[in-house]
Amino acid sequence: MSILTYTRYELTRTFRNRRLVVFSFGFPLVLYVLIAGPNRHEHDLAGSGISAPLYFMVALAAFGTMNSVLGSGGRIAVERTLGWTRQLRITPLPARRYFQVKIVTAYATALLTILMLYVAGAALGVSLSAGSWLAMTAMILVGLVPFAALGVLIGHLVPADSVSPVVGGVTALLALFGGVWYPITGGALHVIAQALPSFWLVQASRVGLGEGGWGVTGWLVVAGWTALAGVAAARAYRRDTERPAA
Amino acid sequence: MNADAGIRTIAPGIVLNGLCKTYRTPTGPIEAVRSVDLRAERGETIALLGPNGAGKSTTIDILLGLQRPDAGEVAVFGRTPAQAVAEGRIGAMLQTGGLIRDLSVRELVAMMAALYHEPHPVDETLRLAGVSEIADRRTGKLSGGQTQRVRFALALVSDPDLLVLDEPTVGMDVESRHAFWSALRQLAARGRTIVFATHYLDEADTYADRAVLMAHGRVVADGPTTEIKAMVGTRTIRSTLPLVPVAELRELPGVSGAERRGDSVDLVCTDSDAAIKALLVRHPQSRDIEIEAAGLEQAFLQLTGAGEEEIAA
Repeated sequence: MSILTYTRYELTRTFRNRRLVVFSFGFPLVLYVLIAGPNRHEHDLAGSGISAPLYFMVALAAFGTMNSVLGSGGRIAVERTLGWTRQLRITPLPARRYFQVKIVTAYATALLTILMLYVAGAALGVSLSAGSWLAMTAMILVGLVPFAALGVLIGHLVPADSVSPVVGGVTALLALFGGVWYPITGGALHVIAQALPSFWLVQASRVGLGEGGWGVTGWLVVAGWTALAGVAAARAYRRDTERPAA
Repeated sequence: MNADAGIRTIAPGIVLNGLCKTYRTPTGPIEAVRSVDLRAERGETIALLGPNGAGKSTTIDILLGLQRPDAGEVAVFGRTPAQAVAEGRIGAMLQTGGLIRDLSVRELVAMMAALYHEPHPVDETLRLAGVSEIADRRTGKLSGGQTQRVRFALALVSDPDLLVLDEPTVGMDVESRHAFWSALRQLAARGRTIVFATHYLDEADTYADRAVLMAHGRVVADGPTTEIKAMVGTRTIRSTLPLVPVAELRELPGVSGAERRGDSVDLVCTDSDAAIKALLVRHPQSRDIEIEAAGLEQAFLQLTGAGEEEIAA
């Protein structure tokens, strides 16, 4: 079995998907330029201590990657409806591998989104040490793990024709309450935000302040969402395979 | 390796023993399959016939390891379906199924070929399935018949020992059907074991060594297609014979029914040999005589109808 060849074709077809290119790459980039461009001299965005170009660079990277990672899992719903997952179950490809390839593909699109926003951010004056760039990227990639599990869950619970609105809606809500559009620094909203995995994605920009990782709360929230969504996704998958064909 | 080769020659193709499967649905349990026994020797081509809801697709799902039976045993070349699938020895065209998009036909077949240890060469697979000409076309831009042919290519790409096809020609145009059956004949000639489910009785009649008729989750008949027709045993004599009342024709030996269509009459016979002799003696003016064996269609209706009464009783 050549899992690399299989993965290469999965990547090829992912990047040929026009909707993905628009929503995961084009949309966040355009929004970033529109929001951060006029505020590029703002060095302390709404008392967050972070410059506007850096804050929104990470916030929109979070937005774009949430969308592509959730969408990647969501496309499992399309493949289920097509009967494609049944077709794969009569090949030697183990189900575990199928999900791994889906997640690798999701991360490939996420990395590209992140890199594009970094380039735009650098153009708007974001300047960090090499170590900070790397630490920030690592935090975003780790912060996306619960989204990979959530995506697989959505892919098994939501009918194919509702995947796009559900992924779009979940991304929009998590972005709003996670502080993508405006820093959430205090009050009740801050309590809610801290419980959301999207908040911690956006918090990766704090690396630019010379601060370390997420702290205990961040790790607990990310791990908790991963565990819950992972167990729910595994259960949804098992139920799905035991069902007769439609 | 030697032990493996030994098993291959001794073990039969497929053995299904006492399969039962009940689905729980909101409207109550549905017994999809009730104690089905089925065997196929290596190299045999078997047609699974039956109306919708007969249990064909469930039987096929169990054979492929997509469903676990509630009771009974399944063996494919002496292994479990999961083992046979993991070894890449089964190729299948499921009843429903589309193709994933954003790849060309060749890319999709190559993608699936990558999942097997020793796949059939991609170009050879495309040729065999009759999709070489559309190899560079995107899978999202195919007609229904072309999609079916590509799905056939996907079933062939592992060069499987067992080919399972659930209503493979649904949606195929005449040309696709022709290409499909000629490919299937080549595979049968190379010793592949083939199981296909169909509604088209002429397909079973023409292409299968054996037909297995299913109704209400049971096997109601299993034998060579000629034998199944013989079980019902009816032939029809058609003759131009004006003026003779049909009531008189029904009295002829070997005749179970008669019907008039203008100048010609149709005699449904239980013993066509006796009937034709009597007809020529009593009505020598008969002309344009044709004797037809009943189609599998008729055999099918009688057998599945009988199955229904049996269950009701």
